Amino acid sequence: MSDLEQFRADTRAWLDANCPEEMRQPMKSQSEHCWGGRKWEFQSEAQKVWLERMADKGWTAPQWPKEYGGGGLGPEEAAILDEEMKRINARTPVSNFGFWMLGPALLKFGSEELKREHLPPICRGEIRWCQGYSEPNAGSDLASLQTRAEDKGDHFLVNGQKIWTSYADKADWIFCLVRTDPEATKHNGISFVLFDMESDGVTTRPIELISGESPFCETFFDDVKVDKNQVVGELNRGWDVAKYLLTHERNNIGGEPPGFLKGRALGPLAAEYVGTEHGKLADTALRADIARLEIDQIAFKALVEKIRAEAEAGQGVGAQSAVLKYYGTELNKRRYEVMMDALGAEGLEWDSERTMGGLYAREWLRSKGNSIEGGTSEVMLGIVSKRLLGLPDA
Amino acid sequence: MKLNDEQQMLQDSVARLMADKGPVSRLRQLRDENSEKGYDEPLWHAMVEAGLTGILVPEEHGGIGFGLVGAGLVAREIGRNLSVTPFLSSAVLGAAALSAGGSDAQKAEWLPAIAEGRAITALAIDDGAKHRPEAIQARVENGLLSGAKLLVLDGHVADLLLVAAQGDNGAGLFLVDPNAEGVTIERTQMADSRNAARIRFDNVPAQAMTDGAAALAAALRAGRAVLAAELSGLALEVFERTLAYLKERKQFGRLIGTFQALQHRAALLSGEVAMTEALAMQALDACDRNAEDADQLVLAAKSKAAKVALLAGQEGVQMHGGIGMTDEFDIGFFLKRARAGGETLGDANYCADRFAALRGY
Ligand SMILES: Cc1cc2nc3c(=O)[nH]c(=O)nc-3n(C[C@H](O)[C@H](O)[C@H](O)COP(=O)(O)OP(=O)(O)OC[C@H]3O[C@@H](n4cnc5c(N)ncnc54)[C@H](O)[C@@H]3O)c2cc1C
Repeated sequence: MSDLEQFRADTRAWLDANCPEEMRQPMKSQSEHCWGGRKWEFQSEAQKVWLERMADKGWTAPQWPKEYGGGGLGPEEAAILDEEMKRINARTPVSNFGFWMLGPALLKFGSEELKREHLPPICRGEIRWCQGYSEPNAGSDLASLQTRAEDKGDHFLVNGQKIWTSYADKADWIFCLVRTDPEATKHNGISFVLFDMESDGVTTRPIELISGESPFCETFFDDVKVDKNQVVGELNRGWDVAKYLLTHERNNIGGEPPGFLKGRALGPLAAEYVGTEHGKLADTALRADIARLEIDQIAFKALVEKIRAEAEAGQGVGAQSAVLKYYGTELNKRRYEVMMDALGAEGLEWDSERTMGGLYAREWLRSKGNSIEGGTSEVMLGIVSKRLLGLPDA
Repeated sequence: MKLNDEQQMLQDSVARLMADKGPVSRLRQLRDENSEKGYDEPLWHAMVEAGLTGILVPEEHGGIGFGLVGAGLVAREIGRNLSVTPFLSSAVLGAAALSAGGSDAQKAEWLPAIAEGRAITALAIDDGAKHRPEAIQARVENGLLSGAKLLVLDGHVADLLLVAAQGDNGAGLFLVDPNAEGVTIERTQMADSRNAARIRFDNVPAQAMTDGAAALAAALRAGRAVLAAELSGLALEVFERTLAYLKERKQFGRLIGTFQALQHRAALLSGEVAMTEALAMQALDACDRNAEDADQLVLAAKSKAAKVALLAGQEGVQMHGGIGMTDEFDIGFFLKRARAGGETLGDANYCADRFAALRGY
């Protein structure tokens, strides 16, 4: 048996023995996802046990180095773990911005001290992070941000406002872009700093979305003291870190999001609602829409695999993450549109038990944010045209 | 999937061959000369010499048995250059059909001839203007074929016709001699300056295959997958030519490539083309591996490629402005080929319909 075959066999056996039965059921909705953090209340004993066991193996962050709490797996082993988890429908034990945003940036830019301080609690699901990038006047033009950090000798004093800070009210720490050199040009005076959301002077105010949920906040900083050793990368070079992190964020947003449609085929779902005639969906226009969508999804998947394969050969995903983010999110929005077409009146119910509290309509509405968060679709097309196609600036 | 070294070498050498010997200017020349054969003979000879006509023919019959990924790599370069040869008709459709369903004698007679370029085969499937292989009309009774076919690529130069017809065991392919009595061949010039014959059969002797249905299925699968690759190459070429123009043409005192409206459309096109290329390769590879979902992938790839090639052609013309509409400029040839290649062996809608059926809705 090759090493990888042995690894697969061991992994399968371990998962079989350690993944609780309840954690092998598909999630009914995104609300069953485990985010972790100091304020997290486990929804079941199984959820807690599953997180602990996986964290002990380092498999909440399979590819991170072991010394920071990860699993130290290579890409092939990580792929096997992923396949074996999918095989038994095992849920992701925990995930939050610490894993798919801050972690990669810390691993690349963080000092040894910062890595040792912050990565292990992420892996154990103990600290949940939020992202302080956007401001009321700095959205797509992120580098125009105005939140200031003044040097006070042994610490910084942070003042300003962030907005659209997802889960700011539930997170424990924030990674935040602040201006540390007001004299420098736009991109050159920004630093990437970390601080505790329980620090004095931090307040959050939830904002309600069109889906009726309040996953994000306005976040205010009023004379917040930040340790000077909590700067990731060089002082005033935070933009490099910010951009690198965004490529990971975009990669992730472009992937298949959790939720009702995850792994669900639209054809059979539509058949339940619109019926069939001669073995085909009775609504022929909807049938064509679904086919075109699925074909586009298959094509997108083929491209993702190709880009990943090339990246492994050392060619880096880089600006390609904009392609993945653009198509991944636009396809996801199309899926939800087609789902709503299929579900008809039932999809519109806002709070019935039948619809798990208006899950369909709420997820449909939430999907509209996919092409805004992490950089809008228009911004992605701009990156593609300038960075990948080399088209000139105006 | 990633190309192995052998495949990469094939791609490089075919790219050189097509750009050298089969560029778009050759298509223009053949059209303007109203070439009798309707294909590029010197290029075809060079392809025979390079062994490309035997790319799908098993080694025991004198081919190189490179598989569909190999054939797709050739087709991709054909698409980039709009090279005109009977590669699809003979080396792909003929070889795939005969390998899958021919008798030992039929294989021994025709496969080496295809590989060595001694014979050209043509596939006759469509009874009407739209591709409907589930409802073949032509019939073989007591060994005699009657019916009418159209869009028979290279039909007027073929040495052997493979004709889809209803026989005693349902629909399948039959071998027919184009010179037999009762065969009437009308060469039709198509919009893409290629030829495709309309052929009538009146009680013509037709030779059954060992498994005519398998031969038909294999030809359709291989042909669609290879066409998807050709169309992806075509789309890529149009995109690259158009991108170059955006970086060169000035209006309002600046490069038109600085206009965001065009930048975003170029970005969208580049993504569509990249997805089409990736999917076409994945479909070809799935066929070679005989993967369970190979048919689904092939239908998806052909449907997507037909749409994207046409999109590229349209965007290519539009972004070139007036010059894009002139016959003197090459971009129009790509648009025309996109439409004709898209129609061949099932258009985007047909393939999407079959795809949905395979997925059970
Ligand atoms: C669900 C959700 C979660 C989010 N979570 C977070 C978070 O956790 N942390 C965080 O910091 N931020 C978060 N954001 C904010 C997000 O990053 C911004 O909303 C986004 O970058 C766009 O900025 P904006 O809202 O100011 O829109 P604007 O930048 O004002 O854009 C308005 C419109 O103008 C277009 N536009 C802007 N510039 C250009 C241009 N150059 N060319 C063409 N079109 C242009 C945009 O595409 C958009 O259509 C979140 C947003 C959403 C929707």
